[in-house]
Amino acid sequence: MKLIDTLPEVFESFNEQRKNSFITALQMKEQGIPFVGVFCTYLPQEIPMAMGAAVVGLCSMSGETIPDAEKDLPRNLCPLIKSSYGFAKTDKCPFFYFSDLIVGETTCDGKKKMYEYLAEFKPVYVMELPNSQSSDALELWKKEVIRFKEKLEQHFGTVITEEQVRQAVRLKNAERAALRDFYSLMKLNPAPMLGQDLYKVLYGSTFKFDKEALIKEMQELTAKVRAEYDPQNSPLKGRPRVLVTGSPIGGVTEKVIRALEDNGAQVVVFENCSGAKSIDEDVDADAADIYDALARRYLNIGCSCMTPNPNRIRLMNRLIDEYQVDAVVEVILQACHTYNVESLGIRRFVTGEKKLPYISVETDYSTSDTGQLNTRMAAFVEMI
Amino acid sequence: MSCALGIDCGSTTVKGVLFDGERVVKQEIVFTRARPKERMAEIYSRLYTPAVCCTVTTGYGRALLPQADKTVTEITCHARGASFLHPHIGCVIDIGGQDCKAISLDSLGFVSDFAMNDKCAAGTGRFVEMMCRILDCPPDEIERLVSGASPVEITSMCTVFAESEIISLLADGCERGDIALGVIRSICRRTAYFAQKLHPEGQVFFSGGLAGHEVFRRELEGFLQLPVCVHELSQYAGAIGAALIGWEKLHRKG
Repeated sequence: MKLIDTLPEVFESFNEQRKNSFITALQMKEQGIPFVGVFCTYLPQEIPMAMGAAVVGLCSMSGETIPDAEKDLPRNLCPLIKSSYGFAKTDKCPFFYFSDLIVGETTCDGKKKMYEYLAEFKPVYVMELPNSQSSDALELWKKEVIRFKEKLEQHFGTVITEEQVRQAVRLKNAERAALRDFYSLMKLNPAPMLGQDLYKVLYGSTFKFDKEALIKEMQELTAKVRAEYDPQNSPLKGRPRVLVTGSPIGGVTEKVIRALEDNGAQVVVFENCSGAKSIDEDVDADAADIYDALARRYLNIGCSCMTPNPNRIRLMNRLIDEYQVDAVVEVILQACHTYNVESLGIRRFVTGEKKLPYISVETDYSTSDTGQLNTRMAAFVEMI
Repeated sequence: MSCALGIDCGSTTVKGVLFDGERVVKQEIVFTRARPKERMAEIYSRLYTPAVCCTVTTGYGRALLPQADKTVTEITCHARGASFLHPHIGCVIDIGGQDCKAISLDSLGFVSDFAMNDKCAAGTGRFVEMMCRILDCPPDEIERLVSGASPVEITSMCTVFAESEIISLLADGCERGDIALGVIRSICRRTAYFAQKLHPEGQVFFSGGLAGHEVFRRELEGFLQLPVCVHELSQYAGAIGAALIGWEKLHRKG
């Protein structure tokens, strides 16, 4: 086996991680390890982790299965929802196949209605996520977290103890810390790597099931990037620094980030679901009531399905300062109403309060708009 | 004496200008007709002189000229070209062959924000070409056709549906001029609403090929409720911007 040792190779190996972990997943299944398929960062992963289950993200990032999904779902629906449904329907995603239970939450309207049909192919459990962050909402969400634990116990015929949950919280916190330490490298100016490489690692890391090994790997990678960092001779010197926010961007990452970075900008931080939004905050492992701590932490996520959604602004405000951001790009998936409507508030915040250039682009998983996207991003970079 | 050459390769026409540091000394235009690379080469050879020290390209075909020293997007170039032709403008509206742009400028003439409609042919030059074809009216006769006309309401914004709407209107016995003015109004209304997202202020510069038709300028002004100005070189604004950027690049180097 070829030894992977250069940074570009490491980044590429993370990029290939989803595919590479199919075999690992199969082996784990053969050993009787249960798989829980999840869609969204609101899911408290600590609960399935506490019973020794592997948690895998099913949030679908490619347009491959959209035509199949459109036989059942409306065309003018968010591509992520169509893709998720299409993968389940066509059985093209091994992780769907491996999942013993699929868990969704009542986040946006499109998703929660799609889950009703998804249940025709797979056992689906939907958690009722409140759409605000009030104390009543917290109470409901805490009940839902406990109900989810009970569902897992009943579905898999097992018992989840409080101590197991606390242990899972500690492990998940350590994983978050390792990922945070890695992406915090981008606070360096010039940045030590391109945003596309950062994204490959963040995305690939979600398909590493052995958390202990992932933590170690992340720590080594962080140390390696730091050791090889050479600000004087960096080819990334002087690039305008961009924060990317908006809808979950997996499937369109490449074209938007590439368009930005090919035209001379540098993405330094992702506020999206696959970035800081899901990793930034820890769960209080020593809280008297661990379920309350879990509920608080997860309900705090600043997604546009919340109204109002002050935590997104709060997080962006901090990231813009910490990462010395020069401009903000919002990527919105087509027909993602909540992010699309919220973009007005985000624009006002970025241009008004932070006095930075802002642009939003609406796109989908196709490549038909690559040319236009490139012109738009190039013009935006010229404007910064 | 040195010069900068700017070429704007659009979907309908390729424009080129020579700029000597003070003014546009020569300009050329050809139809793209599905051969952007060949047309750019043609414009380049028509305008190139040994005095040319820097060539900058823009427009959707900007990457197709091997001799180019630099490529810049049409957003930046239109803004620069427009503020050169008309200093102190606050906004540029460009109705191109396949897209439509609104650009707002800061007090120094730099781009401060922009919006593009590039997803469909509605409200672009393509819509006008379709109208001219169906109404059997050469583009340079639009002005004459609509003089004294009272516009009919065109409800379809989709180029394909508008085409059948125009055909039905003709079948109903509507005057060609009334239909043409209706179409022009619908394009200008749409463009104005689109530009208003940027909250434009002050004077608006209208660039692109349609700026040569007074009726478009007048209708746009009506919907925007802001003064709209044009220049005889409006169609060359992108190429002029490219040449200016080239000139500055040259100048900075000394």
